[in-house]
Amino acid sequence: MADIFTTIGEWTRRLLENLGASDLVIDLVFGVLGSLTIIFFLLTLALFIIWIERKLVGRIQNRIGPNRVGPWGLFQNVADVVKLLTKEIIIPTGADLIPFMLAPVISVASVFLIWGAIPFARSAVGTTVAIGALYIIAVSSLGILAVLMAGWSSNNKYALLGAFRAVAMLVSYEVPIILTLLVPVMLSGTLNVNAIVEQQSVWYFFMAPLAGIIFYIGSHAEAARAPFDMLEAESEIVAGYQTEYGGMAFAMFYLAEFLHAFTISALAAIFFFGGWRGPFALQVPTLGIVYFFIKTFAIYLFNVWVRGTLPRLRIDQVMSFCWKFLVPLTLVLLVGMILVDKIAQTFIPGYAVAGGFVDLLLRTAALLIVNVVVGLLALGMVVRQGRRERERLAAAEVAPIERPAASVAK
Amino acid sequence: MEITPLTISFAIFAIFALGGGLGVVVSRNLLHAALYLILALFGIAGLFITLEAPFLAVVQILVYVGAISILITITIMVTRRVMGVTESVNRQWPIAALGALLLFGILGFTIVSLFGGQTVAQDVPPDMIERLGQAFASPYGYLLPFEVASILLLAAMIGAIVVARE
Amino acid sequence: MIPLEWYLIIAALLFCMGMYGILARRNAVAILMSIELVLNAVNINLVAFWRYGTTELVNGQMFAIIVFAVAAAEAAVGLGLIISIYRNRQTVIAEDINLLKW
Repeated sequence: MADIFTTIGEWTRRLLENLGASDLVIDLVFGVLGSLTIIFFLLTLALFIIWIERKLVGRIQNRIGPNRVGPWGLFQNVADVVKLLTKEIIIPTGADLIPFMLAPVISVASVFLIWGAIPFARSAVGTTVAIGALYIIAVSSLGILAVLMAGWSSNNKYALLGAFRAVAMLVSYEVPIILTLLVPVMLSGTLNVNAIVEQQSVWYFFMAPLAGIIFYIGSHAEAARAPFDMLEAESEIVAGYQTEYGGMAFAMFYLAEFLHAFTISALAAIFFFGGWRGPFALQVPTLGIVYFFIKTFAIYLFNVWVRGTLPRLRIDQVMSFCWKFLVPLTLVLLVGMILVDKIAQTFIPGYAVAGGFVDLLLRTAALLIVNVVVGLLALGMVVRQGRRERERLAAAEVAPIERPAASVAK
Repeated sequence: MEITPLTISFAIFAIFALGGGLGVVVSRNLLHAALYLILALFGIAGLFITLEAPFLAVVQILVYVGAISILITITIMVTRRVMGVTESVNRQWPIAALGALLLFGILGFTIVSLFGGQTVAQDVPPDMIERLGQAFASPYGYLLPFEVASILLLAAMIGAIVVARE
Repeated sequence: MIPLEWYLIIAALLFCMGMYGILARRNAVAILMSIELVLNAVNINLVAFWRYGTTELVNGQMFAIIVFAVAAAEAAVGLGLIISIYRNRQTVIAEDINLLKW
C-alpha cells in the first residue's frame, strides 16, 4: 500500500506475462494504458476545474456563478459539453480544410503531451526522458503553431490579426520562461524532471523566489490567461483566432485553454514548490500524488484569483513588459545567481549544492539574498520610473489647464 | 531486417521527412508548402530520436518548428499577393530536376559503395548531455564557437530589426 | 539496428530535393524553405555519422547544434530582407527582383 503505483505496475506485468505476452507487447500495453489513464484523468479533472473557476470568478465578481444544473451547478459543464457536441462545426467558405481541422487537435495535443513528463509521485511518471524540462518547453511551443494555423485557415482577416497578436505575445514570453526554467535546472544540475523534484529538499521557490515569480507570470502569458487574455477578449477582436470555430472544434480550444491553466500550475508546483515532496513522501510514494495535487490546486486557486482580479493589458503593454522588463531582469538574475553560487562554492567551506534540508540552508540563504537584492533593485527602478512619469505628466498638464482654472478661481 | 519498434518508428519518421520535403518543393500553394515543411521538420526530429540524440530532437522542435516555421508562415501571410495564382516553378525547372537527380545518383552511389552494410553502432554514453554542457563551457572544448555563435545571433537580431523596420 | 546508409540516403534525398527547390522555385520564401531543408539534411548526416562512429566524442552533436544556431540566424535575416523587398517592390518573386541585372 505504500507504493501503490509500483504495486499496480508489477501486478499488471505479471498478469500479462501469464497470458504469454512478449516483452514488446507488454511495453506497448503499458504505454497505451498509461497514456489513456492520464488522458481520461485529465479530461474528468477538466470538468471539475472549469466548475471551480466559474464559481470562484463569479464570487469574485459578486455574483453566484452557475447554480442551476445540479447541486451547486456541478453538472453545468456536462450540459456545456452536450451542447457543444450537438452544435454544427461551421466551415467558412474559402477556409483551408486541413489546417482548420488540425489546429484544435494540435492545441489540445500540446497540452496533453506536457503531462507525459510530469511526475505525479516518485514512481509515477509518464516517461523519464533525460531532457524533461526542455521537452516540456518544446511541446508547449506546439500550441503556438495551432494558434497560427487556426488564424490563417479561417479565411477571416480579424482571425488572422488576432492570430498575429497572439503569436507575437506567445513567442515573446517563451524567452523569460526558458530563462527562469534554467534556474531549477542549474540548481539541481539535471534536465530530468523527476530528478529536479527529488533534489528539492529545500523548495526552489525559497532559493529563487524572483525566478519563481517570473516563471509564474510568463506561464500566465503562455496560457493566455488574464491579465494577458486579450487574445480572446470579446470586446477586442471578436474572439481572435477562434472566431470561426463552433461546436466540437471550439470545445477543444476551450478545453485546451483551461487545461493549460491547470498545467502551468502543475509546472510551477514541480519546478519551484517541490512537486510531490512532502513529509514522508520519500518513504511512502503514494503520499506523493496527494502532495502534488494539493500544491497544484493551491496554485491553481491563486491563478483563478489573479484572473478574476487583474484588468486586461493592451498588446503593446504586454510586449514592452516582456522585452523591456522581464528579459533584462531575468538575465541579470541568472548571471547574479550563477556568480554567487560559484564564488560561494569555491570560497565558503561547508557550502553544499546537494543533500538534505540542513545542508542546503547556506545555499538557500546566499541565493535568497541575491534574489531579494535584484528584486528590490528592479522594484526601485520601476518605482522611480513611475514617479518620473507622474511628475512629467503633472508638469505637462499644468500649462493648458492654467488659463481656465485661473479665470474660475478669481 | 527485423521488425522492431525502432524500425517501425524509423520508417514512419522517414516517410514524414521525405514526404514533407517533397511537398515543400512541389506544392503550388505556399501555405501548404509551409505546412509540409513543418511535417518534414517533425520527421527529422523523430530521426534524431531514433539516432539516440534526444537533446537535438527537442532543440529541433523548439528552434525549427517553434520559431523558424512560425517566422516563415508569418512572412508568407504578410507578403501574399492578392492577384491570381502564379506559376510555382520558373523556366529552368527541367534542368534543375535533372541536376538534382544527377546529384542524388552520384551521392547515392558513393554512399552505398563506401558505407554499405555498416550496421553495428556503439553504445551512447549515458551522460551525453553533461558532456555537451561541459564541452560548451570548456576552453579546450567548444567555448569559442559558442561565443561566436552568440555574437552571430546578436548580429542577426540587430540586422533583422534594422532591415525590416519601416 | 538500422544500417547507416539508410540515414545517409535520406539525408542525400532531402539535400537534392532542397537543391531542386532552390533552383526551380520562383517565390523567395519557398527558396528559403528549401534552404532549411538542405541545412536539415546536413544535420541528419552529421548526427548519423556521430552515432555510427564516434559516440564517445561530442563533436557530431556539437556541430549540429552550431548548424541550428546558424540556420536560425540566417532564416531571421533572410525573412527580414524578404519583407523589406516586399515593401519596396511589392513582389517576392525572385525573377522580378532584377534591378542589378545588366
